[in-house]
Amino acid sequence: MTLAQEAHGFLSPTGVEIAFLLVGLLTFGAAIVTVTTKQLVHAALWLVVALGGLAVEYLLLTAEFIAWVQVLIYVGSVVVLLLFGLMLTRAPIGRSPDADSGNRWAALVVALAAAAALVWVVVDAFRTTWVDLDGPAAGSTEATGASLFQNWVLPFEALSVLLLAALVGAIVLSRKAKAESSSPPVNSRAVTGGSPSVPDSRNHPIGRKGAVSGTGSARETEAASGTAATGGTAATTGTESAKGIGSAQRAEAATETESAKEIQTPKETDSAEQEGAR
Amino acid sequence: MNDALDVALRLLVVFVVFLTFPLIIGQTEHKVMAHMQGRLGPMYAGGFHGWAQLVADGVKFAQKEDVVPAGADRRVFQLAPAVALLPYLLVLLAIPIGPGEGAVGEVVDAGVFFVLAVMGVGVLGSLMAGWASANKFSLLGGLRTAAQLLAYELPMLLTAASVAMAAGTVSLPGILDAFQWWWLPWQIVGAIVFFVAGLAELQRPPFDMPVADSEIIFGAYTEYTGLRFALFLLAEYAGIVVLCGLTTVLFLGGWHGPWGADGLGWVWTLLKTAVLAFVVIWLRVTYPRLREDQLQKLSWTLLVPLSLAQIALTGIVKVVIQ
Repeated sequence: MTLAQEAHGFLSPTGVEIAFLLVGLLTFGAAIVTVTTKQLVHAALWLVVALGGLAVEYLLLTAEFIAWVQVLIYVGSVVVLLLFGLMLTRAPIGRSPDADSGNRWAALVVALAAAAALVWVVVDAFRTTWVDLDGPAAGSTEATGASLFQNWVLPFEALSVLLLAALVGAIVLSRKAKAESSSPPVNSRAVTGGSPSVPDSRNHPIGRKGAVSGTGSARETEAASGTAATGGTAATTGTESAKGIGSAQRAEAATETESAKEIQTPKETDSAEQEGAR
Repeated sequence: MNDALDVALRLLVVFVVFLTFPLIIGQTEHKVMAHMQGRLGPMYAGGFHGWAQLVADGVKFAQKEDVVPAGADRRVFQLAPAVALLPYLLVLLAIPIGPGEGAVGEVVDAGVFFVLAVMGVGVLGSLMAGWASANKFSLLGGLRTAAQLLAYELPMLLTAASVAMAAGTVSLPGILDAFQWWWLPWQIVGAIVFFVAGLAELQRPPFDMPVADSEIIFGAYTEYTGLRFALFLLAEYAGIVVLCGLTTVLFLGGWHGPWGADGLGWVWTLLKTAVLAFVVIWLRVTYPRLREDQLQKLSWTLLVPLSLAQIALTGIVKVVIQ
């Protein structure tokens, strides 16, 4: 990081500094709303704003790589996972009266203590460091990579071991849940995405036959597609799936016209079919 | 002033591409699907092979009433189409179309990360739509969208990382500068994995479980009408443009070609992108939809190991040739 030696005053802020402050305020506001709103999904969406605001702050500090990784990991994956979990369990539209925890004062104390510690450490560590915004980007991918793999290899490796431990822990927990309950574990089904597809296959007139014949046949198809998948390409898996859920469905797909997506009324369907017949 | 003009021009060009290319692909899809199914497709609007059909469709969408269901979360419901569409506009900014600094909307240092990160954000739009519609089918669609994104983001990232390793840079123009023709066989597995995972992220057939019009009635978009629905459709086609452009740039050498790379590089980029877009349409007509568990299985048991193998291969070759 470049150290600019000349004194920096607070009274004549540059445009970037003003933008930094404004984005910071926006991020702070979004974070406050995240924890105070009574609507669960809104909280998750405000979290997107807060995390995105942080990414903009990184950008303003020329740490481009960190900014995009922030968007990729937090906005793109963590929040999606959060929303997935919320929708799978409970995500009522409107207020959730029981969204408030009784521990809110304890939480506030912990949050304030953590914030104070972080602010103290950061201020103490970077008191006189200023990012030189005019020079070469101090946070470019090259600079970040070089410092990460030259100066900070040990923390980096320690963190990856920590993540590995968390991964192993998650697998152990899910396996234990499977062994304890004879009924299919809710969590593991959710991870494979199996549970959402079960109820609506009943709604599907073609899929009903498969649903009645039980999960056994579905498992067989799954296994068959697995063997095909290891040997071949995505294409072979697709063909295998056709055997399982519906040759009828395939026929249906053939009669679908390209405008089927836009069709919303039966009348339009007729005209599209006529067009197809023509 | 000249700089400002330059930036404005670039933005304008990218915006025009963003508005026209998805429509061209949409019209191509009409015609290609029609001919593959042994019929003509739209023929009357505009006179010549129904070229104005999309305009007519646009007018139709604009005329329809914009309905927000009574039980829906109004604001999130109305915001969702914009969240789904805008990321693709941002991604287009970073895709280089020809050699040199002049042929890209904006040179982004960590371009690969930028495009993948921003593409992932677009899926939030579908999630918001699925939840805010207050409709069971929409919620199912949203759930499937999320599960699909989580499964397919990983192989996409890994294969993109493989290319970045090969080129020694994460900047998209930088990757193109380093490209050699023999990267094509070297990275071919990664290319296929990237393309398939991208298709899944766009929820295109055969990975269209989240929209599955014949079973969950278009999933997250069930309750949408008029222009907002059209925006979601536009997002899908813009996504095709972006995915094909990215595959071209990362794996097929972008503006590199057997000849004419200096002056006509952009033609090569557009040609390769168009061929890939044709493949996307072709796959839609050819393969039936995967079931949700098959979809997950494909990603975790096939694509992720393949992309890891590709990374290992890239690393080995990279070390050997040094």
